[in-house]
Amino acid sequence: MNKNLFNKVWDNHTVGQLSSGQTQLFIGLHLIHEVTSPQAFAMLRERNLKVLHPERTFATVDHIVPTLSQARPFKDLLAEEMMSAIEKNCKDFGITLMDLNDKRQGVVHIVGPEQGLTQPGMTIACGDSHTSTHGAFGTISFGIGTSQVAYVLATQTLAMSRPKVRKVEVNGALGRGVFAKDVTLHIIRKLGVQGGVGYAYEYAGDTFARMTMEERMTVCNMSIEGGARCGYINPDQTTVQYLEGRPFVPRGRDFATAAEWWLSQASDQNAHYDDVVKFDATTIAPTVTWGITPGQAIGIDEVIPTLDSYPSDERTVVAEALAYMDLKEQQPLEGLKIDVAFIGSCTNGRISDLREAASIVNGHRVAPGVKALVVPGSQLVRQQAEQEGLDEIFKAAGFEWREAGCSMCLAMNPDKLQGREICASSSNRNFKGRQGSPTGRTLLMSPAMVAAAAIKGHATDVRNMLT
Amino acid sequence: MSAEVIQVVGSGVPLLLDDIDTDRIIPARFLRCVTFDGIGQYAFEDDRQQDPSHPFNQPEYKNGKVLIAGRNFGCGSSREHAPQSLMRWGIAAIVAESFAEIFFGNCTSLGVPAVAAKRADLEKLNAAVKADPTAEVVVDLKAMTASIGDVKATIEMPASARESLTTGQWDFLAQLLSNVPAIEATADRLPYVKSFAG
Repeated sequence: MNKNLFNKVWDNHTVGQLSSGQTQLFIGLHLIHEVTSPQAFAMLRERNLKVLHPERTFATVDHIVPTLSQARPFKDLLAEEMMSAIEKNCKDFGITLMDLNDKRQGVVHIVGPEQGLTQPGMTIACGDSHTSTHGAFGTISFGIGTSQVAYVLATQTLAMSRPKVRKVEVNGALGRGVFAKDVTLHIIRKLGVQGGVGYAYEYAGDTFARMTMEERMTVCNMSIEGGARCGYINPDQTTVQYLEGRPFVPRGRDFATAAEWWLSQASDQNAHYDDVVKFDATTIAPTVTWGITPGQAIGIDEVIPTLDSYPSDERTVVAEALAYMDLKEQQPLEGLKIDVAFIGSCTNGRISDLREAASIVNGHRVAPGVKALVVPGSQLVRQQAEQEGLDEIFKAAGFEWREAGCSMCLAMNPDKLQGREICASSSNRNFKGRQGSPTGRTLLMSPAMVAAAAIKGHATDVRNMLT
Repeated sequence: MSAEVIQVVGSGVPLLLDDIDTDRIIPARFLRCVTFDGIGQYAFEDDRQQDPSHPFNQPEYKNGKVLIAGRNFGCGSSREHAPQSLMRWGIAAIVAESFAEIFFGNCTSLGVPAVAAKRADLEKLNAAVKADPTAEVVVDLKAMTASIGDVKATIEMPASARESLTTGQWDFLAQLLSNVPAIEATADRLPYVKSFAG
C-alpha cells in the first residue's frame, strides 16, 4: 500500500471519466452561503432542475451579515435582498439553512467542523476559496465558482482534474508566541503565492501532529493563498476526539465504525508524493505581511527585503506593493503605527484564537486612536467566549465585541477600513482594497499579534509581551 | 450543449501585470447582488479609479476582447463574479503567463478560454496591442496560437479544458446529469452516506 489520502478519497468518490478526460467527482458535503449561491439557484430554475441530494447541502449566512444591529430588514437593501434570496432558495429546494435566528449560524468554514458536518474521508465543496479549511480533517475540500455550485446542487458532482500532491513537511516545536498562522504565512512566503497551483498540499510532520484541530484548520485555510486549492492533514486521534459528540457525527457503535474508517483514509506509510518540501518549525518567528500578497511577509524581527533581493521578474509587484503600502525597503514592521485591529475570520475566528488574543489583552487598554474589534466566527464561538468571560476582557480593554460573521475580512458588510487606514488583521488576504477601503492597507498576522498591536498601537513582537 | 469555442478574434487589452487578484478584478462590494447582470461595468473599478492610465479606462481598448495578462492572474477568491464581470465587459479570451486554479475553472465554465503563453511572447503581444489597439488578436484553440499580425505565440491549456471548449461541452451540467445512476451507485459505496450517516 503506497497511496496518499488524497488519492484514496479521490478514487472513492470517482463516478466516472468525462469526455474531456476529467473525473466526475461525487461531493459528500456541499456548503453554501448567501453570496455565491443565488445565481446557481437561478440556473436551476431556468433549467427546471431540482436539487439531487438536498440532504447533502447545508446553508448558512456569513459574508454580508452586519455584526452590530442584525435587525431585519437590513439597512443595506442589497444585503437584505441576498438574505431573502437564500431564505427562499433553501425553502423552495428543501435545504437546511442556519440563519441568524439559528444558534448554529456563523462563518461557513467554522460552522461545518463545529457541527461535525465535516468528517474525514469526505469530498467537500463550497462557493468560497477558503473551503480548504476542512482539509484539516483529512478531506478533499476546495472552493468552486457559482456555475459549479449549480452543478453540485443538480448532480452532487463536479468535473475535476486530479491535481498532483505535494507533501509539506514541518518538524520541530514552535517557539512561544508562534502560532499556526505563522507557520502557514511562513510556508506561503517560502513557496510563493502560486507555488501550489496544480497541487494539493498534504501537511505532514510532527509540528502538525501536535496541533489541535483548530490550529490545523488555520493552516489548511490558507492553502489557497499559496495557490493550492486544497490542503489537508491526515486524520488521527486528535481528529477523532474533536469530532466525538458533535451534532452530525454518528454515535455509539456507529461512531467506532466511523472512526475506524476515518483513520483508514490516512496516507499509507510509504505513500507516493509528486513533490516533498521540508521546513524547520523552530526557525519560524511571528510572521507579518508587509505587502499586497500573502507571500510578501517577514518575521517581525526582520526588515522588509530590498528590491534587489527579489528575482528580477518579481520586482514590479514588489515595487507596486511598497508604493501601495507606503513602506520602504529595509524598513522594520516593528513600530509601524496601526489604525484598526481586527480579530476574526474563517482563518482565526475560533475559540482558541479568542483565548490567545484575550490572554495578551487581559489587563491592558487598546492604544488611543486604534479601533479594535473582535468578531467571533460563529454564534457558538461567541457564546463559549462569553461563558469564559473573554468578552469582558476584550470590552474592558476597549475592543468592540461583535456578532458572528465574516466582517472586515472582506468587508461586504458595514465593517470597513476608511481611506488609507492600516489594519492589523487575523484574516487571510492583504490584497489592495480587500478590507473595504479601495486604498486601505492590511498587515496579516496571528490573533495574538493583532492583540499586541492593538495595545501598543503599532505592529510589535508579541513575544515581548508574554508573561 | 453549449457553443463551440474554437477561435476568439478581436482587439486586445494590454494588462501585463502579475498577481492580479479577484478582489481587484471585482471588489467585494459589487458582489452584493443576486444576478450577474450589470456586473460588467465594475470590472477593475478600484484600479481604474486610482490609475487613470489603467487600460480599462482607455477609449482605445473599450471594445477589447482579448485580455493580455501576467502571472497568477485571478488569484484569491472563488467568486465567479470575477470572470463574469470581465466577460460582461466584453472580454472573450484571456492570454496570461499563468492562472489561479479556481479562476481558470470559472472561466472555462463560462466558455471563456484562459490560455497560457511564455512571458517573452506576452511582452510581444502586449507591445503589439499597444502599438495598434485596433489590431485583431486571434486566439486559436485548434492551432494553439495567439497572434497579432506578424506576432505569433504558442499557447497552452490543459487538454480537458481545450476539449470542453472546442467541442462545446464547457457547460458540464447536462453531461453530469446524464450519469445519475452512476452517481447514486458511488454514493451507495461511501460508508458515510450509507452505513454510519450521523
